[in-house]
Amino acid sequence: MDLTVWNEKDKLFLRLSGEIDHHAVKDTRKEVDDLIAKNRPKTLIMDLSSIDFMDSSGLGFVLGRLRKMNDIKGNMLILNPAKRAEEMLKMAGADKLVKIMRSDDHSA
Amino acid sequence: MKKCQNYFKTILYASSVNESYSRIIVSAFASQLDPTVEEIADIKTAVSEAVTNCIVHAYKNETDEKKKKIYIEASYDTDGIFTVSVKDRGCGIPDIKKAMEPLFTTDAANERSGMGFSIMESFTDKLHVTSREGVGTKVTMSKRLKPKKQLFGGNN
Ligand SMILES: Nc1ncnc2c1ncn2[C@@H]1O[C@H](COP(=O)(O)OP(=O)(O)OP(=O)(O)O)[C@@H](O)[C@H]1O
Ligand SMILES: [Mg+2]
Repeated sequence: MDLTVWNEKDKLFLRLSGEIDHHAVKDTRKEVDDLIAKNRPKTLIMDLSSIDFMDSSGLGFVLGRLRKMNDIKGNMLILNPAKRAEEMLKMAGADKLVKIMRSDDHSA
Repeated sequence: MKKCQNYFKTILYASSVNESYSRIIVSAFASQLDPTVEEIADIKTAVSEAVTNCIVHAYKNETDEKKKKIYIEASYDTDGIFTVSVKDRGCGIPDIKKAMEPLFTTDAANERSGMGFSIMESFTDKLHVTSREGVGTKVTMSKRLKPKKQLFGGNN
């Protein structure tokens, strides 16, 4: 899995691409949490458009970062999730906990 | 009458680097039945759940690296039913029924959400789990793909 990061004011963007499984999460979790701790963003935007594979470990990763954002009283958005990733989030009811946004959705 | 048409078995080291490898070999084997992209993704996800469980749960207290083995078997029959089993010789599951409930996890501390078995169940047609404490666990999943009568001529 590849991680691309950029900062904009009080927003932290993360773009995850490739396969997000237990192995990938092991390396990425700390990296992301360090970024959250350092930047203390108001909003964490997680772009899941380039995820080709996601299983329950990926789900745990997404929900874990949501918890981290809640801890610092921030919020989190998921941007353009790939079809399978979105299916997985919905299966676990995560779509009710975190807002899923489409970049072509101007109402959002 | 349905008959086993093809199979493979493999043993691999229960290390997280092998999660992606295990998904790839099982889905490559299943590809012989010409599945759809969705079906392949279902199989990859289900296998990933079973294999990850061996790594994170079954062998969590195993100190002898040589004992950390995952046994994978896959086959398909003449009706196009694809079956894959993932077995470990780890700690076992004390209460299978409870373990299979959605959101049940013994490892919330490591951000597990207890969705693995539910995912295996929804992405396959049939899921069967056997386990004995101190002996190990075997998860067997099957999914109807497509009968491939013409794949092999004769009886080999
Ligand atoms: N191979 C195994 N050996 C021992 N215990 C297992 C095994 N597989 C599952 N379990 C037990 O069953 C529970 C439920 O498994 P399941 O895969 O549904 O959820 P999880 O692994 O805890 O979380 P998630 O899969 O969402 O990351 C686990 O928490 C664990 O206690
Ligand atoms: Mg699991």
